[in-house]
Amino acid sequence: MATQQTRSIGRIAVAPSVLALFLWMIVPLAMTIWFSFLRYNLLDSNPACSLMTPAALLDEANRCLAGTTNYYYFLTDPAFFKAMRNSLLLVFWVLVISVAGGTLLALLLDQAIYGRNIVRLMVIAPFFVMPTVSALVWKNMMMHPVQGFLAWITKSMGLGAIDWFAHYPMTAIVIMVSWQWLPFATLIILTALQSFDEEQKEAAQMDGTPPFSFFWYMIVPHLARPVTVVILIETIFLLNVFAEIYVSGSGGRAGNLPFLVYQYGLISNDIGGASAGGIVAVVLANIVAFFLMRMIGKNLEG
Amino acid sequence: MGTISLKNVRKAFGEAVIIPGADLEIKDGEFIVFVGPSGCGKSTLLRLIAGLEDLTSGQILIDGEDVTDVPPAKRGLAMVFQSYALYPHMSVRNNIAFGLKMAGMPKSDIDAKVAKAAATLNLADYLERKPRQLSGGQRQRVAIGRAIVRQPKCFLFDEPLSNLDAALRVNMRVEIMQLHQQLDATMVYVTHDQVEAMTMADRIVVLNKGIIEQVGSPLDLYNKPNSVFVAGFIGSPKMNLISGAVAVKHTAATIGIRPEHIALLGTGGDVQGTIVLTEHLGSDSFLHVDAGEAGRLTVRAPGDYLGKPGQAVSLGFDKARIHRFDSQGKVLV
Repeated sequence: MATQQTRSIGRIAVAPSVLALFLWMIVPLAMTIWFSFLRYNLLDSNPACSLMTPAALLDEANRCLAGTTNYYYFLTDPAFFKAMRNSLLLVFWVLVISVAGGTLLALLLDQAIYGRNIVRLMVIAPFFVMPTVSALVWKNMMMHPVQGFLAWITKSMGLGAIDWFAHYPMTAIVIMVSWQWLPFATLIILTALQSFDEEQKEAAQMDGTPPFSFFWYMIVPHLARPVTVVILIETIFLLNVFAEIYVSGSGGRAGNLPFLVYQYGLISNDIGGASAGGIVAVVLANIVAFFLMRMIGKNLEG
Repeated sequence: MGTISLKNVRKAFGEAVIIPGADLEIKDGEFIVFVGPSGCGKSTLLRLIAGLEDLTSGQILIDGEDVTDVPPAKRGLAMVFQSYALYPHMSVRNNIAFGLKMAGMPKSDIDAKVAKAAATLNLADYLERKPRQLSGGQRQRVAIGRAIVRQPKCFLFDEPLSNLDAALRVNMRVEIMQLHQQLDATMVYVTHDQVEAMTMADRIVVLNKGIIEQVGSPLDLYNKPNSVFVAGFIGSPKMNLISGAVAVKHTAATIGIRPEHIALLGTGGDVQGTIVLTEHLGSDSFLHVDAGEAGRLTVRAPGDYLGKPGQAVSLGFDKARIHRFDSQGKVLV
């Protein structure tokens, strides 16, 4: 379609933005990788290690270059396995809850109900609440063992109150994050439901398809693709959950990888270790993405 | 068996009345075509028979049994949709088998029926393919296969050929007619294309604004249209409709005369005019003639007619073939 000339003009035209994006991505990554090989601690006697030239760093006397020590310590830290487990648990359960709940909610919202537009707007609302705010609201208004709403419900039923963040911090975080991501799944699945072919629905009606079979044989295959999109996008964001854990103060038991990196960097002042942790997190995220794409990516083809 | 009776069937969406009241008897084994311009209610009428729409009032009987409140699947009908409405994620085999599976038929019976339908429709080689891997004509056949296996009392077709190109449409038209002979089943077919209606139907139902204008065999409608609407709708090229002084001469508000019933005369004739343009089809030539107060007329001439635009012609109407209509558009006898 394009001639040689328009093609080269096109390349020149996009070059600045490609370059800017490339630098934007590559500079922080390169710096993180560089730091991860340094003995770079803010409380160190030699805090200027990171500012040295590569030649000076290679000088044995400076002992700034740490080799793979940062990785060794990070990967053998018992906290690492706990954090990784928490990361995966959080992703898994929030995905399960938001996809299952999102499908059910979308099916409900697809019906012609009175005041549907307002209901839809309200359902989407949690997505607009900042994670820090939602963490505060859940911690102090919903799940608080004394003045919380959930405690009020259980107590008025004669049951005791649950101190969520003290006894079930992981569950509490999963509930909070699910609440935030449910609208996203609902919205995408609802859009997909609305694009379901009307004549196909009627053909199924002529075939005498009972409601459950209709859901199973028609709706579920139709939703395969949007659900794949939901899973992929949510996984990316859920691996990075931090604010909810930090603000609700559940990092001790429900801390995930980002939280561990934060602990290394800003609590222990160990920039080198935190950088190594960051790189490990990036590698793990890529492994998860790889397996996800292999498992469900085929839904996106064709 | 497959008789359908509509008794004073009425359909309105709120204020908008789509079908003010239709009565119709469809005989067993008949190929009946609903035809009319878009928005005339022909599809709605079909969907009412199918049970995909609820009646506002009236009754629908299938084989003498009142099915007005019976759900679509229980009416013993099968429908072929305009978009085919195949299930995109299922193979051709599963598409055809799905209705039987939902009816709880044993698997061996389903397989036998699917194989038979596939053989009838030349689909045997495509059974494992997905609908998106098929051509338009093949998809159409799958949609028909899905209808056949259910052995319905009556087939309903909703403009099934409108998504196909012209050549394929002619082929599929023939296939559907052959299928009708083979199965000997009642078929109700909706189209906006009067050529399809003329070529396929045992009887045609012409609809206009939700009202059944006329029911009859293709030639009945062609030779004895009840109204100006039917006269203008059936036949291609269209019947010439003339009003004004020329019509008054025949004591009618409007007269109609088909292009083949106008003779080209040297002199005399009913009206004089000049040729505006000519269409040469090989077998025939159609002349568009500006005939003064009679308006623009279409005249059929022999294929080798040599008249050029601008030439003056004298037109003679075949007296026996003039259709006379009153000011309401109804035929005068």
